[in-house]
Amino acid sequence: MGISRRNFLKSGGVAAAGVAISAKPAKASVDAPELRTKGLQTSTTVCPYCAVGCGMIVHTKDGKIVNIEGDTEHPINRGSLCSKGSALFQVANNERRLTKVQYRAPGSAKWEEKSWDWALERMATLMKDSRDRNFVKTETIGGKNYEVNRNEGMAFLGAAALDNEECYLWGKFARAMGVAYLEHQARI
Amino acid sequence: MTNHWIDIQHSDVILAIGSNPAENHPISFKYVEKAMDNGATLISVDPRYTRTSSKADIYAQLRPGTDIAFIGGLINYILQNDLIHREYVVNYTNAAFIVGDDFQFEDGLFSGYNAQNSSYTKETWSYQLDKDGNPKRDETLQHPRSVYQLMKAHYARYTPAKVCEITGTDPHAYRRVAETFCATGKPGKAATIMYAMGTTQHTHGTQNVRSYAVMQLLLGNIGIAGGGINALRGESNVQGSTDYAILYHILPGYLKTPTHDNVDLQAYNAKWTPTSNDPKSANWWSNTPKYIASLLKAYWGEAATADNDFCFSYLPKRSGNYSFIKLMERLQAGGFEGLFCMGTNPAVGGPDAGSIRQGLSKLKWMICADLWETETSIFWKAPGIDPKSIDTEVFLLPAASSVEKEGSISNSGRWAQWRYKAVEPPGEARSDAFIVDQLCQRLKKAYAKGGVFPEPITQLAWNYGHGHEPDIPTVAKECNGYFTRDTVIKGKAYKMGEQVPSFAFLQDDGSTCSGNWLYCGSFTEAGNQMARRGLSDPTGMGLYPEWSWCWPVNRRILYNRASVDPSGKPWNPNKPVIAWNSVTRKWEGDIPDGGWPPLAEEGTRNPFIMVSEGYGRLFAPGLADGPFPEHYEPMESPMENLMSSQQSNPAVMRPCKISTSDKFPYIGTTYRVSEHWQAGAMTRNLPWLVELVPDMFVEISRHLAEWKGIANGDMVTVSSERGSIEARALVTNRIKPLRAGGRLIEQVGLPWHFGFGGMARGDSANVLTTAVGCANTSIPEFKAFLCNIEKGGNKA
Repeated sequence: MGISRRNFLKSGGVAAAGVAISAKPAKASVDAPELRTKGLQTSTTVCPYCAVGCGMIVHTKDGKIVNIEGDTEHPINRGSLCSKGSALFQVANNERRLTKVQYRAPGSAKWEEKSWDWALERMATLMKDSRDRNFVKTETIGGKNYEVNRNEGMAFLGAAALDNEECYLWGKFARAMGVAYLEHQARI
Repeated sequence: MTNHWIDIQHSDVILAIGSNPAENHPISFKYVEKAMDNGATLISVDPRYTRTSSKADIYAQLRPGTDIAFIGGLINYILQNDLIHREYVVNYTNAAFIVGDDFQFEDGLFSGYNAQNSSYTKETWSYQLDKDGNPKRDETLQHPRSVYQLMKAHYARYTPAKVCEITGTDPHAYRRVAETFCATGKPGKAATIMYAMGTTQHTHGTQNVRSYAVMQLLLGNIGIAGGGINALRGESNVQGSTDYAILYHILPGYLKTPTHDNVDLQAYNAKWTPTSNDPKSANWWSNTPKYIASLLKAYWGEAATADNDFCFSYLPKRSGNYSFIKLMERLQAGGFEGLFCMGTNPAVGGPDAGSIRQGLSKLKWMICADLWETETSIFWKAPGIDPKSIDTEVFLLPAASSVEKEGSISNSGRWAQWRYKAVEPPGEARSDAFIVDQLCQRLKKAYAKGGVFPEPITQLAWNYGHGHEPDIPTVAKECNGYFTRDTVIKGKAYKMGEQVPSFAFLQDDGSTCSGNWLYCGSFTEAGNQMARRGLSDPTGMGLYPEWSWCWPVNRRILYNRASVDPSGKPWNPNKPVIAWNSVTRKWEGDIPDGGWPPLAEEGTRNPFIMVSEGYGRLFAPGLADGPFPEHYEPMESPMENLMSSQQSNPAVMRPCKISTSDKFPYIGTTYRVSEHWQAGAMTRNLPWLVELVPDMFVEISRHLAEWKGIANGDMVTVSSERGSIEARALVTNRIKPLRAGGRLIEQVGLPWHFGFGGMARGDSANVLTTAVGCANTSIPEFKAFLCNIEKGGNKA
């Protein structure tokens, strides 16, 4: 028998990236070939598709993901994955993934590559200007004046696939910016 | 979900309605099958015969948009045949409450209707009160104005014959559903409802869910193992994103966003904090002031003090409906300079998608952050568009995928599970946290130099380390919350900076901060509870209390105080959730939904702690369209309403862009396939999945195909008042015309994943759908509209 994948993550919390498996290597033979995941870095994750929350194990080698499979220890999916979860490898390794900031100028028919610095400065400027131009300090309703402090210059959409902590930061930022038109996939 | 995925195995009857779990939540089906191995009956109620239907013991066809009639008939069956769990209903629900004499219902309208603005004033939807200000109750349930008797009269109109005429369900199948599901009112029997967007995406979506609540409360199925109302949420963290309230009307933990008349924090608390005079009502939302104060402290930190209302005035105040449909209306009217799409693709996912795409061109700027080039991000070069005519500056920011960053996500069962970073994002891609952090820091700098009302930004507490991006555990700790100063609570001392152990310790005086009171307890002094991988299951009920962490306070089944009788004994001793140990005077099992002793004892509380009365609401006076669910037709419907002369939901304004069955004779409905996901970017760019489902298609019955001369595989054009699309026709036995209202009504089924971008391309079903939404939630009525179909393609 080769290495036992079932028990490698015992005693919770050991799953941080960087834990290398170094269990007893199996002796390769006709009946027990060596696992291709032997000696690779391992971490756990949860499927990013539906909301069952299936557990997965990610194997990485030299900074690249080489395998993603179901986590047999996970009490919900016990190692099973549907077609989408099974394909997660192709989200991580995919030539269509965006890798550069792209910018489309007014009237242009194409994207241009830009640096993060350039884009962030430009976006911050646009956001500030739009907020300052369209900030509604007070509103008259039923003949009375109310302080509403709403930034009506922009709307924020997204997203149900953000991590909780990202949702928190995004929402905190949105509210600080006075954005009232804040919505995402949950609404539709 | 009130319960959780694994718990489904404990059901005796599983009703999949408005959902297709075998297709869209495939792994959950393990637990459906486990239940069936143990003798459970699976019922599938759906307009189409789906993958779930193919596994079901009973299949009942349902005309899209008629769920309230369907369930209404089941409720009638329960009441007429006295199948309620009586002790549960009397003690745990508001069945015994006496309603005021002014409450009326007549011909589809409740009292207080204002036809001018399609809304209700709800004064008459109230109870008769006793001298203590609590609703009067009649535990015999005989009082003619009791909720129970009013309900009996209301649902007596939903006879099996009437229901089947409306829904198009075969009467024999309907009878089998009624006999099976409605038998679970016996203590020791449990039924669960698995529902999804087929339930919610209607102009009466909220009342659809209300129907389930009424039925399950009557049967005593809430709070027990194998029971509950289980929403199958569609995205990996839509539960978390809703908990964290990135929606216009709520703040983290489902607090309300302030309205214009909440002139200060005191006014806010007065308006939104419910009160109760019943000492047996826990009225948990009475803690609102603690949660809002703690949130404001998390937002504005040191700057937020008791003297300035904890910076309450920095929050924008709403004075209208800014939900998605309204947002898109404003977009199309040129009402925004900018739009930020953080991982979302409304050009495919939104209703009346053609109008949304047009609206984007009105923007001065748009920022999209995504893993892929989405249809939204390239609207300016969509087929048929002349880029020269569009002035929008567009930024497409490369984002990190789930395995390229660290953080937690919450599944449908409320389990917050931690994920780890396996590799760096590719190329220059960055996490969403990086993007928000960078913008926030730059805007803080810019506003420090001047600008309009800079304080909410310059004084925002934003301390997540000095790394390249925010330290996520630090963020998670803030979400849990910590003490902002040394403090003493119930005799125990807590130091400044110490993590708050649970929301029971949150304060309204600024001594605590918490980014989300529901998640208080998720990251304590003991560490990150969400990252736990404990596999112990002490009760044997599949609760796994040490695997991850769920809200609230790691309670796995909500309302579990209703799973026991008033003495604290489980209704089903073979499948206990909690049980009162009268010797130790403690609850055993799941975390009890409040540690108070059972109902029969001193110091107890009623089980439904999140409503102010403490009793499960059969009569629910807080909704926009009525305290009892009532059947109305979808906005676009091929049939007259057979229940009343109110054709569609009276509390929803009829939109302009709708038509009738003279022009568009067939029911259109949208749904998903297992191999694709939502607006498609994350699956239509993956070769393996594209291989499985490469093309957009629409499903029609053999009967309709023959009528229209369409063969399987032919290109067809599907059109509606909003637009038209082309697709391949899939002619199938799995869709049958509906026999409703005395005629045969055909359907066209449309997967909605496709768009003009990505690797696998196709027309978007949402070009056809209507931008009209639920009276309460504003979720669009994707699931029922009118369309036509003709042979021959016609590119949108």
